[in-house]
Amino acid sequence: MTTFAGLSQTDLYALAGAALFVIGLYGLITRPHLLHKVLALNISSGGVFLVLVGIARRVPGPVPDPLPHAMVLTGIVVTVSSTAFALALAKSIYTETGHAVLEPDDLEETGEVSRG
Amino acid sequence: MTLTSWIFDIVLVGTLVWLAVRVLAEVKLFKSVVLYIAFGLLVALAWVRLAAPDIALAEAAIGAGITGALLLDAAGHMRGRSQPYASASDEPSAGGDMDA
Amino acid sequence: MPRVTPMSPAPVRIAAAAICGGFGVLLARALLALPEDEAGLAPLIETNLEASGVKHPITAVLLNFRGYDTMLEIAVLVLATIGVLSLTVARPGTWAPVAEQADPVLSALARFLAPIMLVVAGYLLWAGEHAPGGAFQAGSVIGAAGVLLSLSGYARPVWVTRFALRAVIAGGFVAFLGVAIGVMSAGGALLEYPAGSAKTLIVLVETLLTISIGAILVSLFIASASPAEELRRRMEENR
Repeated sequence: MTTFAGLSQTDLYALAGAALFVIGLYGLITRPHLLHKVLALNISSGGVFLVLVGIARRVPGPVPDPLPHAMVLTGIVVTVSSTAFALALAKSIYTETGHAVLEPDDLEETGEVSRG
Repeated sequence: MTLTSWIFDIVLVGTLVWLAVRVLAEVKLFKSVVLYIAFGLLVALAWVRLAAPDIALAEAAIGAGITGALLLDAAGHMRGRSQPYASASDEPSAGGDMDA
Repeated sequence: MPRVTPMSPAPVRIAAAAICGGFGVLLARALLALPEDEAGLAPLIETNLEASGVKHPITAVLLNFRGYDTMLEIAVLVLATIGVLSLTVARPGTWAPVAEQADPVLSALARFLAPIMLVVAGYLLWAGEHAPGGAFQAGSVIGAAGVLLSLSGYARPVWVTRFALRAVIAGGFVAFLGVAIGVMSAGGALLEYPAGSAKTLIVLVETLLTISIGAILVSLFIASASPAEELRRRMEENR
């Protein structure tokens, strides 16, 4: 496998996957809006998939390891179903309470509200 | 692997990470969702680059299609009125679906 | 400017950045420490592909070698669908037909595209035996076709009763479970297909899975987003 500056294609995508996972994790913690939390989870799972498929490229020869591919394939379908469920819950919370954050009082006290 | 494909890979990966940051740094829901749909499409491209056509097929239909439709609907549902953080003058005048 | 969303307080952000950054560095180091050119399980799959009943390694992993995972994964899908359906059950009229109120160009396009998408799904299902494709891809294409139809104002046809829809949603999982139990009662291990009938059973399970996954994805979208209801309400408001 050809490398460039010490990195192979596997490394490049696996590292990007790790970065996406961490970015998603940070977003999940710091963005209180429920829709942002769902987006953050989706980005994190995208990072996990990228790591798995990147690692699957390590095998010698052109055909990657099919096992991680099968795992990612099921993972994508599970992600969309959990996203749909999470969004349905978030919409119920919004309809019931009128806001889409989990603890609105905490945020109001600190006054840390950023605007577009 | 040629230099061209390396440059392509690096640009693709860089764009993915940048888009992920933009999605989560964006304060407007609708913009976040649209950026996420773009992210999903580029991920499908990454699967092709990693020789995973099976995953690319599923991602193109699910990641960009169904997830995008679900998220757009949720963003539309949660917009405007009862946001405790947006002032009253910020409200869209035709906030039709918030009449509950 | 509407739709402004809040941020966490600064101390939370700094702590989260420190923890996530540290974790990211560890993760990157672990990934770079992985041995290059590791064959993994690929040779094992290659060797046993002949016995799996299909010629495409990913389908063989999904439906045969790791069939257990796939079965539980379908169970997760069915559970998520039950969850979404139960959250939206209090909304009557979601299913009534509203086609006559929809945008005529969009409905015509959807009418034209939906059958083609079904043919593509059928092809993907058939191709999964020997090439990229299979139940998940075919099911997602059916799901996308359903989302397109519901966005252009088509609702569930009258002849699809609620019971029939639920039966289809559960059908893939039930068939998978039935095959697993049947094989076990015939003396094998869980999902250890008897020699010679592997291909038949895999094709049977995969076909039912495709229909189930398609129905699940459409139901998740319709129940969660209820586009038909939304459309009708907007129409009434504009009157």
